[in-house]
Amino acid sequence: MAVLVLVEHAGGAADDVSQQAATLARGYAEAAGQPLEAVLFGPDAAGAAKGLGALGVTAAHVAVHERLTAFAPQAWGRAIAELVETHSPAAVIAPGSERATEAMAHAAAFADLALAANCIVATPGDAAEVTRLRWGGSLLEHARVHGRTKLLTVAPHAVEAVPASAPSQAVVSEFTPHLEDADLVVQVVERTQTDTGGGVSLADARVVVSGGRGTGSAEGFAPVEALAAALGGAVGCSRAVTIAGWRPHTDQVGQTGTKIAPEIYIPCGISGATQHMAGCKGAKRILAINTDAEAPIVANADYAVIGDLHEVLPAITAEIQKARGG
Amino acid sequence: MPLNILCCVKRVPMTGGRMVLTADEQAIETRHLGFTISPHEECGVEEAVRIVEGHGGSSTVLTLGPPEAEEQLRDAMALGIDRAILLQSDGELDGQGTAAAILEAIEAERAAGTEYDLIFFGNESADAGNYQVGIRVAHALGRPCVTGLKAIAVDDGALRCEQEVPGGRDVYRVPLPAVVTVKEGLNLPRYPSVPGRMRAKRKPLERRPVAAAAAGVEKVRLAVPADQGKQAQILGRGPEAAPAVVDVLRSAGVL
Repeated sequence: MAVLVLVEHAGGAADDVSQQAATLARGYAEAAGQPLEAVLFGPDAAGAAKGLGALGVTAAHVAVHERLTAFAPQAWGRAIAELVETHSPAAVIAPGSERATEAMAHAAAFADLALAANCIVATPGDAAEVTRLRWGGSLLEHARVHGRTKLLTVAPHAVEAVPASAPSQAVVSEFTPHLEDADLVVQVVERTQTDTGGGVSLADARVVVSGGRGTGSAEGFAPVEALAAALGGAVGCSRAVTIAGWRPHTDQVGQTGTKIAPEIYIPCGISGATQHMAGCKGAKRILAINTDAEAPIVANADYAVIGDLHEVLPAITAEIQKARGG
Repeated sequence: MPLNILCCVKRVPMTGGRMVLTADEQAIETRHLGFTISPHEECGVEEAVRIVEGHGGSSTVLTLGPPEAEEQLRDAMALGIDRAILLQSDGELDGQGTAAAILEAIEAERAAGTEYDLIFFGNESADAGNYQVGIRVAHALGRPCVTGLKAIAVDDGALRCEQEVPGGRDVYRVPLPAVVTVKEGLNLPRYPSVPGRMRAKRKPLERRPVAAAAAGVEKVRLAVPADQGKQAQILGRGPEAAPAVVDVLRSAGVL
């Protein structure tokens, strides 16, 4: 028996969320007294697989198949379920990325096993004890996961990635999953690029300035846009704004919008509902601008300016230009 | 080609502030809260109505929840869904249990002569966030499932689906019948009209009991995460705070 971790990779290395999942999986494996092994996909996985020894992985299973040319969630799920069948791992632990989560749900359906999504703590046992996120992290659930193999995903950016204190050599082997035609019906056929108009994307921006109901209208975003432009940042908004049709949903920060992780987040005229905070937990600093000093956003911020965004933002933008113009 | 569409939704409380739990820590205290359809599924309802408006056919909304979930089913019918199925359950089921109950209802519909060409789910429910119910149902039906969709186009017995990924969109093409899971942003749901609300009251709603099954993911208790203990430093009031803001931006390394 072993504990398996699903590793997604780019540029020949495990990505951030997979390293986090591997860290949680290593702790789980150590507590269960079992080796940590990995499963990877793609013809270019071998390089990333070799590097996994640093995370404590002793064996890496690379799935290769001539028809598996692009991401195909059901095919990934089939391959994972096959490893569950042939290797009887105590657990399969995956990062809580969109793709890995989707593949794990397929694996769970194939193997008829329970799946606990977005875990932040997991302890092995006859029933595994987990703590998982609900409401995008605004609520925690302590749960017991049953079944011969426990299937878990790890909430992104909730567990710190730590290399193993005693690195191992990962033995890399390839296997060919037995895919059926139906497993390849859902496969990416095309990738379109999003035009960000030369600006930075919300998810990657170092500065995000968001407007809420306090902007009052679509036109009311002018000072928000001006400050974002002055800082080379991206414009965001709250759900109330997208529902009112003032901004597109692609600008929405929150549980059902984009999750952001800037150096500084500047929410303006946003009350700070839990669903909004679930999207900006990754921000290093929050500077709230709000007329109401009692608003939840102020309680959740590092800094606050109490005032009307239509007066405060132009003053900040002017001050930045003054500081730059010196 | 007219389509017969099933749209699965979940009733969730309209939380906004800090969550408060019931004394037994099994649920959120909802005595002072209203309820709504989980945001992703609201867009599923809108999309189902639009597809039937454009291509013909009929639409059914289904939920698994308490008797009070009739409210959300009537809301969906007010937007244009034709009929509703309420799978009544006292407790909360896990992902496997939810999928099994929905599958049983779909099979009962099939036995009664109703076959669905397209089944909508939310990508994940707002509250439990299990990320699996739609996929499990698709497996049991032997149908393809595309998840997390931000755009859907019905074209000659097939679906063109778009999923948002970093830097762009991934495109999938799948034949019907199919299962899709969607995300908020797929469309901007309409507001129900007054005549729509009136019509919704008279639309057929069928109730079926669901027995609780042993959960594979067994909830022990809920907990509210510890407060981050942040006490915002007030930089000032009104435009006079601008110089202090610039100092903060400088210390954050973004100026």
